[in-house]
Amino acid sequence: MSKYVPTRKNLLKSIEEESNFLSGLTPEKEWLDTPISFRPGNWCHGGKPQVIESLDAPNPRKWSPNDKDWQLPANWQKIIHQGMKDQLDKSRTLKIFMDTCVRCGACADKCHFFLGSGDPKNMPVLRQELIRSIYRKDFTLGGKLLGRLAGAREMTEDVLKEWFMYFHQCTECRRCSVFCPFGIDTAEFTSMARELMHSVGVNINWIMEPASNCNRTGNHLGIEPHTFKQMVESLVEDIEDVTGVTVEPTFNRKGAEILFITPSGDIFADPGVYTMMGYLLLFHHIGLDYTISTYASEGGNFGSFVSHDLTKKLNAKMYHEAERLGVKWILGGECGHMWRVIHQYMDTMNGPADFLEEPVSPITGTKFENARSTKMVHIAEFTADLIKNDRLKLDPRRNNHRTVTFHDSCNPVRAMGMVEEPRYILKNVCNNFHEMPENTIREQTFCCGSGSGLNTNEYMDIRMRGGFPRANAVKHVHDKHKVNLLTAICAIDRVTLKTLMEYWVPGVEVSGLHELVGNALVMEGESERTEDLREDPLEEIEEDEDEDI
Amino acid sequence: MKILYPFLSIFVLIIVVFIGVHQADLHFLFGIIIPYVSILVFLIGMVLRVGYWASSPVPFRIPTTAGQGKTLPWIKQDKLESPSTLPQVLGRMALEILLFRSLFRNTKAELSESKLAYGSNKWLWLGGLAFHWTMLIIIVRHYRLFLEPVPGMIHLIESLDGFFEITLPTFYVTDALILICVSFLLLRRLLVPQIRYISLAADYFPLFLIFSIVISGILMRYVLKTDVVKIKMLIGGLLSFQFQVPEGIGTMFYVHLFLVCVLGIYFPFSKLVHMGGVFLSPTRNLANNNREKRHINPWNPKVKIRSYPEYESEFREKMIDAEIPLEEEKNE
Ligand code: HEM
Ligand code: SF4
Ligand code: SF4
Repeated sequence: MSKYVPTRKNLLKSIEEESNFLSGLTPEKEWLDTPISFRPGNWCHGGKPQVIESLDAPNPRKWSPNDKDWQLPANWQKIIHQGMKDQLDKSRTLKIFMDTCVRCGACADKCHFFLGSGDPKNMPVLRQELIRSIYRKDFTLGGKLLGRLAGAREMTEDVLKEWFMYFHQCTECRRCSVFCPFGIDTAEFTSMARELMHSVGVNINWIMEPASNCNRTGNHLGIEPHTFKQMVESLVEDIEDVTGVTVEPTFNRKGAEILFITPSGDIFADPGVYTMMGYLLLFHHIGLDYTISTYASEGGNFGSFVSHDLTKKLNAKMYHEAERLGVKWILGGECGHMWRVIHQYMDTMNGPADFLEEPVSPITGTKFENARSTKMVHIAEFTADLIKNDRLKLDPRRNNHRTVTFHDSCNPVRAMGMVEEPRYILKNVCNNFHEMPENTIREQTFCCGSGSGLNTNEYMDIRMRGGFPRANAVKHVHDKHKVNLLTAICAIDRVTLKTLMEYWVPGVEVSGLHELVGNALVMEGESERTEDLREDPLEEIEEDEDEDI
Repeated sequence: MKILYPFLSIFVLIIVVFIGVHQADLHFLFGIIIPYVSILVFLIGMVLRVGYWASSPVPFRIPTTAGQGKTLPWIKQDKLESPSTLPQVLGRMALEILLFRSLFRNTKAELSESKLAYGSNKWLWLGGLAFHWTMLIIIVRHYRLFLEPVPGMIHLIESLDGFFEITLPTFYVTDALILICVSFLLLRRLLVPQIRYISLAADYFPLFLIFSIVISGILMRYVLKTDVVKIKMLIGGLLSFQFQVPEGIGTMFYVHLFLVCVLGIYFPFSKLVHMGGVFLSPTRNLANNNREKRHINPWNPKVKIRSYPEYESEFREKMIDAEIPLEEEKNE
């Protein structure tokens, strides 16, 4: 595998034996006296100068996090202090979260990074304290007077390095926030810290480069319009090979009823492409009047992993394009953080979208009242409605070779409350479905461990640790029910869980929800299906039971 | 240091009262001035704290959804975990504030034989809830010292609380409970390695303080039998701005009163403001109706975006070759 991670056996040993609190050992030193150390696999490359420049972002330079000298601007402490003040002034949320924690410890063992590393600074409460300690020093009387006794400390370069390390060991998954009696959300601290670091030029290339690409070409990989179209067209050919049906997506077509936006990972990445094929089959099946944009060709938003401004900048394209094309409303594909942005930020940042209409399914006539203002509907809501109204011809037996479990992606479940739609669809498109243990699904789901822009190769050690609790739960159903497919409604999951499964639970593949929908769809004029969308052979179907399907 | 300093500081505070009242006869200071100062600091401090919070907007609506949100009519919404209307939000918050709903979810992770397991772990919930409720009942019970005649409501609470008439004066269940709860919270902080590790002096101090308040109160009531009539006179005087200190109130009362005053002064500058925070937390007090109703951010910044025309002008040739439609007017 990657050279940035030990073997499975060794990593497990390290989690079990070295991990401090999990193995019952207390670290010798207090966290304030514990320095950080960079080693292979626990840090990501810094943002490249040309990338930072292209986004007009501060302090472009050639640097590496394991350099001793980070080449910070001379007045960096002042910038951070002022930035903190600004952010606090702009957000009651942050003020409340700074002041309210009672250090009850309920969140301590809820973070996947803590469970996979035992590192005390990965307890959400301590992750918060990394900033709160500076807040105390700079903004509270007690901290100014009593210093360390009040849990306050000076902002130094070492602290900045600690921030860099631990705010990139938080995937902003918000699991901790479910358990906190005050709902304190560590993700808010992480986004605050990342924004502050960004203001002095401390960021990671894996986030900045996709953000820059997305800005220029419309999607993360920097795929230009003609190539984007070609890639979708090659999926159209693959669909034809498997089903004998020719689907006809259109691009940048004015006057279409619906603009469809999905993460670009679905266009080029394995196994996301099979999910894309599922969407295309579905739209063809119901005769949807839709178009895909090459300009707004990215549902995901890597800006959301850095700052609110960059989030807004990248997200703005969706409405901008919807208005230009004159569509009625927007349909969004399966993705996690994309939906966090759409559901909780888009309307506030870039709305109101008066030029769109309240979304109505053209097939069933259902009004999506819950999307009345934002005017963007999640594909799982859309498809669940189609199935409920009996508008899809489905043969779930075509997924009989799959024993499926469902991974709730952090953002859909903890920011949107999307729990039942994907399960309803799954139960209609496949016959073998098993849930993972209770404390690892729904609102208590565990992150894939690589979200929020961390799915880069040089970070493999931390990623495999962070994904350990999720993998552990999958292994449970793999052993117990022979589960061989992990389905998720997130484009990042589709990439990261694949790596995670290869590492921790070989024998389990990863798919999107609509890949299974695509398999089950009985298309008009299709040839006999012998393979699924991956061109894996289907199980023999006994035709005598349900002739009418 | 994190434990010793708070402990010593409580110790010093108690000595101060003993010397001040017992030796230096500063009854007026401890009986009148400090209580007023404490009330003022508490009130002004809380107003300032809440004002500090209120002076910033909530820029985004970020409820943590812990159940099915409102979507299609046939999908059952979990109204208390993912509320979409104001009454539902109030329901969720009532559960949080009155019953510590989120803390009730608490689990304890264990790793053995390469397997993670999450056991139920409700002790903190139980201890914390009992601690807060008994504290509330005790505070309410104290009103009998402030009000004349004592309202019937207070009598009712008293008689329920004093259900076990085993001592004279009547033994209150809450007195025992709060001792148990505070001890539990303290022991937990001292003995659970994880909790000890994250604890600050500011976490021990209020617990030691409350513990001392409780002990001094219990001593006063059951052991030293302080004269309640005189205390009522003192408090009545405080409330009616008549500055007189009755003779013959035991020192233990002044210890109790002084520590409560310290708590009042300390409150607005400490984590004890979590009381306000729990009402204002945006992950709990906002409805998950984001796509239904636009949330306004007053400082929503202007951000320069890469517009479609810019994009088209860079990729025009390639788009023409790939037969991707361009903006109409430039097409000709
Ligand atoms: C609406 C009112 C309040 C609510 C909802 C509330 C809620 C909570 C919760 C959920 C915890 C964490 C669990 C625990 O340790 O028990 C806590 C801790 C605490 N609360 Fe409150 N609280 C309130 C008012 C107060 C007040 C008025 C005080 C007065 C002094 C107080 C003192 C404490 C202390 C000392 C702790 C920390 C316990 C420890 O260190 O383990 N709370 N509170
Ligand atoms: S659960 Fe909340 S209050 Fe308790 S330690 Fe964690 S962040 Fe603080
Ligand atoms: S948001 Fe997720 S990753 Fe971040 S501290 Fe909380 S549980 Fe850990």
